[in-house]
Amino acid sequence: MTVSKLPLRLFAALSAAVLLAAAGPAAAEPIKVGFVYVSPIGDAGWTYQHELGRRHLEAALGDEVETSYVESVPEGADAERVIREFAAGGYDLVFTTSFGYMNPTIKVAKRFPEVAFEHATGYKRAENVGTYLARFYEGRYLTGLVAGKMTKSNTVGYVAAFPIPEVVRGINAFTIGLRSVNPAGQVKVVWVSSWYDPGKEREAAETLIAQGADVITQHTDSTAPVQAAEEKGVYAIGYHSDMSKYGPTAHLTASTHNWSGHYLASAKAVLDGSWAPQDLWGGIKDGMVELAPFGPAVPAEVRSLVEAKKAEIAAGTLHPFQGPVRDQSGALRVAEGSTLSDPDMLGFDWYVEGVLGKLPK
Amino acid sequence: MWFRLEPRAQASRRLRTAAPLIALALTLASGTVLFGALGQNPILALHTFFIRPIDSLYGLSELAIKAAPLALCAVGLAIGFRGNVWNIGAEGQLTMGAICGGGLALAFYGAEGPWLLPLMVLAGGLGGMAWGAIPALLKTRFNANEILTSLMLSYVAIQLLGYLVHGPWRDPEGYNFPETRLFGDQALLPVLVEGTRLHGGVVLALIAVGLGWLLLSRSFAGFQIKVVGQAPAAAAYAGYSRRRVVWLSFLIGGGLAGIAGLGEVAGPMGQLNPTVSPGYGFAAIICAFLGRLHPVGVLLASLLLALLFLGGESLQMHLNLPLAITGVFQGLLLFFVLACDVFVRYRVRLGRAAVGLAP
Repeated sequence: MTVSKLPLRLFAALSAAVLLAAAGPAAAEPIKVGFVYVSPIGDAGWTYQHELGRRHLEAALGDEVETSYVESVPEGADAERVIREFAAGGYDLVFTTSFGYMNPTIKVAKRFPEVAFEHATGYKRAENVGTYLARFYEGRYLTGLVAGKMTKSNTVGYVAAFPIPEVVRGINAFTIGLRSVNPAGQVKVVWVSSWYDPGKEREAAETLIAQGADVITQHTDSTAPVQAAEEKGVYAIGYHSDMSKYGPTAHLTASTHNWSGHYLASAKAVLDGSWAPQDLWGGIKDGMVELAPFGPAVPAEVRSLVEAKKAEIAAGTLHPFQGPVRDQSGALRVAEGSTLSDPDMLGFDWYVEGVLGKLPK
Repeated sequence: MWFRLEPRAQASRRLRTAAPLIALALTLASGTVLFGALGQNPILALHTFFIRPIDSLYGLSELAIKAAPLALCAVGLAIGFRGNVWNIGAEGQLTMGAICGGGLALAFYGAEGPWLLPLMVLAGGLGGMAWGAIPALLKTRFNANEILTSLMLSYVAIQLLGYLVHGPWRDPEGYNFPETRLFGDQALLPVLVEGTRLHGGVVLALIAVGLGWLLLSRSFAGFQIKVVGQAPAAAAYAGYSRRRVVWLSFLIGGGLAGIAGLGEVAGPMGQLNPTVSPGYGFAAIICAFLGRLHPVGVLLASLLLALLFLGGESLQMHLNLPLAITGVFQGLLLFFVLACDVFVRYRVRLGRAAVGLAP
């Protein structure tokens, strides 16, 4: 079946190539942008935030862009097929939005040098592969301030997925924020070994609450910790998305991701031919990290404190990991007057002072 | 008015051939309604689901890659199921195969030779066998329910894999991300067709199907397995050892699942990460039954399940249909296939049963 069609296909492809060459770069064809998602979109969480970015891109560029996505692509052997399918299907720009897609993205990119790829959270780049990540720790620091002001038991519970640097960095930034306004504050971490498992996340939150935590935050994908906090009458700080819907009373704020601006900028760059691979690590200043609106429980004094600190981070006058930073043993890891470098932050494998328990290695 | 299902004295031959066709017709009809209701062109949608993913050499090779681990696991499971040995833990045996085979690739990183790959396949098979041997031992020694033990051991294996890739085996240049380094070239299964990912694991799957058929249809051991499964009393009378069947089933099932796991990591992945299998070991249980516990049927069922998966991706990518809709359609298809199968062995009767049972 395929063989008989082959000459026809070849002819079609060749004539298309000739036409394209004749039309030149100013062709009015819309560019095609593909998104590979690691989980279902749902209505909150990591993938949902990427989906918001995709929708923004469609709304902003209208007829100039066509987008498509595939949800729940496993990070094993399947990822390469999906990414390749986009590349082979005439897509101009492909966003692969989870760490496990790094090697498949690089492999496919080698075969399709004319397609631009952007991989979220990874570290391997190529001629046509860029990476992008947000400085989520800046948002973590700010939510730590809120937790420090709101806790009465001085114990904050943290539901976390896996002890990788990304998550450890968040825990550390949060703890530093917390203790900057409440030196007696401490953070208890429970690892659930899953990015998305509502059952385990809820259990972890309930365990933390039973151990005296009166503010719960999370580095997992579901809204279960917020819901658990709402039911038990303690506070919650969401992650990824604004989760206030799931805890109208409990939800204080959330550290959220905003990919809209980056997706639009990249698509525009592909449109005008200026796209080049970059190693982007944007933060509050770039609009990639935001805070969800404050809940009713947060007093005006705390709100204005957080807003002020946020402005300082955006202006570059405040860095969550500026010295002195001490580790759990009390040893000085970042001296006064200096800040932790990006490579050190990317490889975080130790807890700062104020986190309870031992970091699993 | 009452409907009831009455077992047929003999499976209907005519329906046996007609059942898949009826299922196909029902799927196409319900697909037309479903996609039409969503405002899609049903013909285009069905084409996108069934044809587009496999309308090229690359597509066919991807179908084979996806079906291979399913078929490897499912052939092994089907042999056990024939003998009433309920190995639900192929997922864990697959994972252990990936760990053992992949571990060799890491241990000899930088010192590979042509001897490495055969050793890895062997280690993958032995790893799966060893993991399968635990429920077999517990069953034959302590009469522990193998459904529970094999299932629970799957989670143990997955946790072990998670520990290794998060900890001691992670890529030293990998910024502590949970994955191992990429294997050296000589630790990878050869690609059979240039420009595709079709790897040697697919050949291993076909060999497994052939050997599975030989075992079940042409060997004394296969006969014993079937007798132990269908008529335990007769088997005991004939002196066939139930113990032996349990061991044989778990070693074969575990070994094949282990090779499937090795095929994933030394094939398309080329490394270990926490998600080696997207649930092949569990989906293989469906394949085994869908294929009526016959190795050739299992192969066809694996291809069907693989196509369902590729078709779902294709619908999302090309028609922008959400995952949930593709899931509904996949569910419908499986439902029709299994429902039609019921009528091969049962007939529908109207009216009450002759010998009434209290409700």
